[in-house]
Amino acid sequence: MHLDHDRRGAVGGSLVDGAGRSSPSSATESGPRWQSPPGTPAGPPPTDRALRVGVGGPVGSGKTALVAALCRVLAGRVRLAVVTNDIYTTEDADFLRAAGVLDPVRIRAVETGCCPHTAIRDDITANLDAVEDLEAELGRLDLILVESGGDNLTATFSYGLIDRQIFVIDVAGGDKVPRKGGPGVANSDLLVINKTDLAPLVGADLEVMARDAAAMRGERADRPVLFTNLRSDTGAADIADWVLALLPSPAHPR
Amino acid sequence: MNADPTTTGHVEARAALLLLADGRLPAGGHAHSGGVEAAVLGGDITGLDDLAEFLRGRLATAGLLAASFAAGVCRAVHAAASAASAAAAASANPASPAGPASPAEPAHAAGTKGVPLLDVLAAFDDEVDARTPSPAQRAASRAQGRALMRVARAAWPVPIQPSSPHHCVALGLVAAAAGLEPRDAALAAAHASVNGPATAAVRLLGLDPLAVTGLLAEIAASVDSTAFEADQASLGSPANLPAGSAPHLDLLSERHRTAQVRMFTS
Repeated sequence: MHLDHDRRGAVGGSLVDGAGRSSPSSATESGPRWQSPPGTPAGPPPTDRALRVGVGGPVGSGKTALVAALCRVLAGRVRLAVVTNDIYTTEDADFLRAAGVLDPVRIRAVETGCCPHTAIRDDITANLDAVEDLEAELGRLDLILVESGGDNLTATFSYGLIDRQIFVIDVAGGDKVPRKGGPGVANSDLLVINKTDLAPLVGADLEVMARDAAAMRGERADRPVLFTNLRSDTGAADIADWVLALLPSPAHPR
Repeated sequence: MNADPTTTGHVEARAALLLLADGRLPAGGHAHSGGVEAAVLGGDITGLDDLAEFLRGRLATAGLLAASFAAGVCRAVHAAASAASAAAAASANPASPAGPASPAEPAHAAGTKGVPLLDVLAAFDDEVDARTPSPAQRAASRAQGRALMRVARAAWPVPIQPSSPHHCVALGLVAAAAGLEPRDAALAAAHASVNGPATAAVRLLGLDPLAVTGLLAEIAASVDSTAFEADQASLGSPANLPAGSAPHLDLLSERHRTAQVRMFTS
């Protein structure tokens, strides 16, 4: 019963169905109700199946680098698999396999037919199939990372596919990106701002980015922001710690 | 429309209804949430259960209104076409008495016989305005009507070209041009009144699209009955068509215009 997509009321309920699944009201009551970021329909982390974490963000922001970094940190500690979404190639999956950060049988590529956001949000069936296949072949897993294809600031995951989502933007686009907001910046469970090493080269002020991001995210402690430079693994451990804290402890050794 | 297609060569238009009601029709609907974004930002919709209530309320008010006007306009367009073809037949065959049209002629909306079609549609359009107090909602409806007219021009022989009609007026006109019946126009309008907002909620809140489809399936029977009710109600004059209102939705629509960050136009 790891897919949870039966008709409402038919069995148990779906991932976003009613009781215990809506956003905690205390979190949305701070500040004016109008204009605050919407609550997410994410429930508590699952205990009866693998945690699924979505990794989304614009093209080239570092999603695959983040997934590779998480694989390096976590592959020896938890039972891990990865689903990649590419628009018209399997480049991301190929990169992960070539990087040798994870056994290739633990990596599955979904091709998304022009629209990455469709496959992670509006019609999640291909990704659910990939998750289901991985669990059928590999047995019980602790963590499945679902990497989106590169898209735009509005491309976020459906909580029918994942339990938590990380949105990755980078410094190279300038420090105005957090201020532009959008669902990824405002509503993701974890916002990662990557390529901090480029800040002096593009005139980006990291303090401005931190302040704008926090404001867009409703100053909520349960929606942290992490600054990273994943080419040198700076900050990767912090992201891994954030993921590990969502797993039932202690995480099962592989 | 019970004629046997094997003997008459006439098959009832069905595929055109699917095309017109397809969420992928390039008619601008993707940019509008039907008030869902306003309700999400206002904290009124946080999950599937809230969405279910919202959609049922929308169907009973805006949905019934749109479906009734779409059906009424569709009927008026068919009536005008019948009258025109009857007049043409009479003038081509002056020996026969130019009597009233055959009994098969579709019923006119009351008080519209002999009025130019563009004026008939303007009367429906005025009545939609009267039922839409929110300027934001009027603008959203006209923007979608204009977009629907654009794709319809590429697809069907639309007899007249109002510039930016209300969406439900355009839907009735286009349904008639596509060979559909008033009840089809009503069904397309009722379907659109919940389907678009439901998919907007998937995008805004990250709801499970499979669960939302399940919700739409639960509501489907109500969509059918709303379309039936609208088809019946549309036999009256434009002024007497249903006028259900949702004041909270009107207020939310006006607040939505002032939002600093919006994903949807309306």
